[in-house]
Amino acid sequence: MLAFILRRVLQSVVVVAAMVVIVFFGVNVVGDPVWLYVSPEMNQQQIEEVRRALGLDLPIWQQFAVFVANAFTGDLGTSFIHGQPAMRLILERMPATLELAFVAMLFSILLGLPLGLYAGLYPHRASSKAIMAGSILGFSLPTFWVGLLLIMIFAVMLGWLPSTGRGPTTTILGIETSLHTAQGWSHIFLPALNLALLKISLVIRLTRAGVREAIMQDYVKFARAKGLSEKRVIFVHVLRNILIPVVTVLGLEFGSLVAFSVVTETIFAWPGMGKLLLDSIIRVDRPVIVAYVIIVVVLFVVINLVVDILYSILDPRVRLQHKEA
Amino acid sequence: MTDTAAPPHDLVTAVQPTTAKDKAETPFRRFVSEFLEDRVAVGALILLLAIVTLAIIAPWITPQNPYDLAQVDIMDSRRPPGTTSMEGYTFILGSDGAGRDLYSAIIYGLRISLSVGVLSGLIALAIGASVGLIAAYVGGRTETIIMRIVDLQLSLPSILVALILVAMLGKGVDKIILALVIVQWAYYARTVRGSALVERRKEYVEAATCLGLSHSRIVFRHILPNCMAPLIVVGTVQTAHAIALEATLSFLGVGLPQTEPSLGVLISNGFQYMLSGRYWISFFPGVALLLTIVAINLVGDRLRDVLNPRLKR
Repeated sequence: MLAFILRRVLQSVVVVAAMVVIVFFGVNVVGDPVWLYVSPEMNQQQIEEVRRALGLDLPIWQQFAVFVANAFTGDLGTSFIHGQPAMRLILERMPATLELAFVAMLFSILLGLPLGLYAGLYPHRASSKAIMAGSILGFSLPTFWVGLLLIMIFAVMLGWLPSTGRGPTTTILGIETSLHTAQGWSHIFLPALNLALLKISLVIRLTRAGVREAIMQDYVKFARAKGLSEKRVIFVHVLRNILIPVVTVLGLEFGSLVAFSVVTETIFAWPGMGKLLLDSIIRVDRPVIVAYVIIVVVLFVVINLVVDILYSILDPRVRLQHKEA
Repeated sequence: MTDTAAPPHDLVTAVQPTTAKDKAETPFRRFVSEFLEDRVAVGALILLLAIVTLAIIAPWITPQNPYDLAQVDIMDSRRPPGTTSMEGYTFILGSDGAGRDLYSAIIYGLRISLSVGVLSGLIALAIGASVGLIAAYVGGRTETIIMRIVDLQLSLPSILVALILVAMLGKGVDKIILALVIVQWAYYARTVRGSALVERRKEYVEAATCLGLSHSRIVFRHILPNCMAPLIVVGTVQTAHAIALEATLSFLGVGLPQTEPSLGVLISNGFQYMLSGRYWISFFPGVALLLTIVAINLVGDRLRDVLNPRLKR
């Protein structure tokens, strides 16, 4: 068991290291950011001074060595644009993004589970077919365009909800949040729904497939034969069994919610780290791009690692398979 | 993979209509009739063909060339759908911020969106299929390294990979196509490797080896044709994905430049007018994008059902 965990941790470290190398060299090889910071009137000497100030006069591998050495002290470089440590810029915006991803996750469970349950229990009803068609649409609709539609309908035409920004925030138990006020919820509703759309479709499909498989099983027949109420059979016996795969998949998808928040945050002007990434790409703020990628990749790797380890604890077959391979 | 003896061969001939007709009529007919059983898929196919045709014959069916400045009048900007233009024709879908007829702009935008999506898909297919075949055929360390890279890439969401690539490569049509190719190749590589691993152990490969055929001939002339069915399915779905991804990047302002106005660029341009209630500038290009993606996905879904014997009910 310990050997398995150690091997997986080692693999994860290799993945992160590989990504750091690829992204650092990839981002820094193309173009010359010095030209963003000099004006046409500057002479060659002044340009060289700017270059030195940014640390761009060193050969690329020395820049990388400096970067790695600093990274171990928690310093991922300084933003060209903001003049602040890239790490701090991202961590400042992280709570907003995590809050958005969390509410989106909540929506996908609250909407996806009941709809999937219904479609699984009554697969031949027209309404179930409509739900499934809707879930296909959910997979096909481009996220950004749905965001525009939501703004058009709920913000512009109906005027019910604000289309930009985040509500007032306070710090509760060390977590910065805007969910303590109704205003905060009114701000987060549209972006979270937009971000959740794909996951709602996913949960509907997973739940439906799970229900259809579960109601054929002997334990359900037995529960019915025992004379339990239909409500109890479905909500206790069936639901408990289908929740395991649904929750696992959603856990794995949390990382992709964070990645997709780049799109949603841009449309709804949500002050999160996705919007920061996009602004940095447009303005060629390399240190922030590199730092963002590293932080998100670490997030992904940690999620995958935790899920893998939990699985190997729950299911010994996973462990053995890895040993053979 | 239990009944793998006959079906893959049938499938290959089935998806190559020209050769299938003279050699074996039945498999192709069976494929067509099975595909046509599903009314939704047929509708989607007709829609898709219509969209592609519109994009090809664009100059002959649009009232103006939206990128010929002589034909565009700034006085016509932001007209709602149904207004008559200064030139005398009707803006069926309204006009955009620069006075372009939106209907014409959408048809021209479809051209760009479709060509970027299809081109990147084909290049990624060629690269991914070759790499996947090599991995499956050579095996050993080469295979491990290739599949590690594939797994690493597929564990990250495509939008994130695309954004990183755009940050590295910069703007421009060629850069976007390159980014889309890099995002997609891993899907093809994984698909091909999966089916090639099965095919490699079959008797016909053994026979070809015994005949002393060269490795490249065995891989590309014997194994590859038998891996085509899943490739075609992944190809359709991936093309839809590429079109959506390009639109997303263009919408975010890091995709195609204004000089190559794909549907994503059109939607992005209309976004600023949305809050003032001029919905049509973003809305109609989005509908065109949606119809294209849904049509491709539905056709791809049906192809998967028909081509994959395992999924047959």
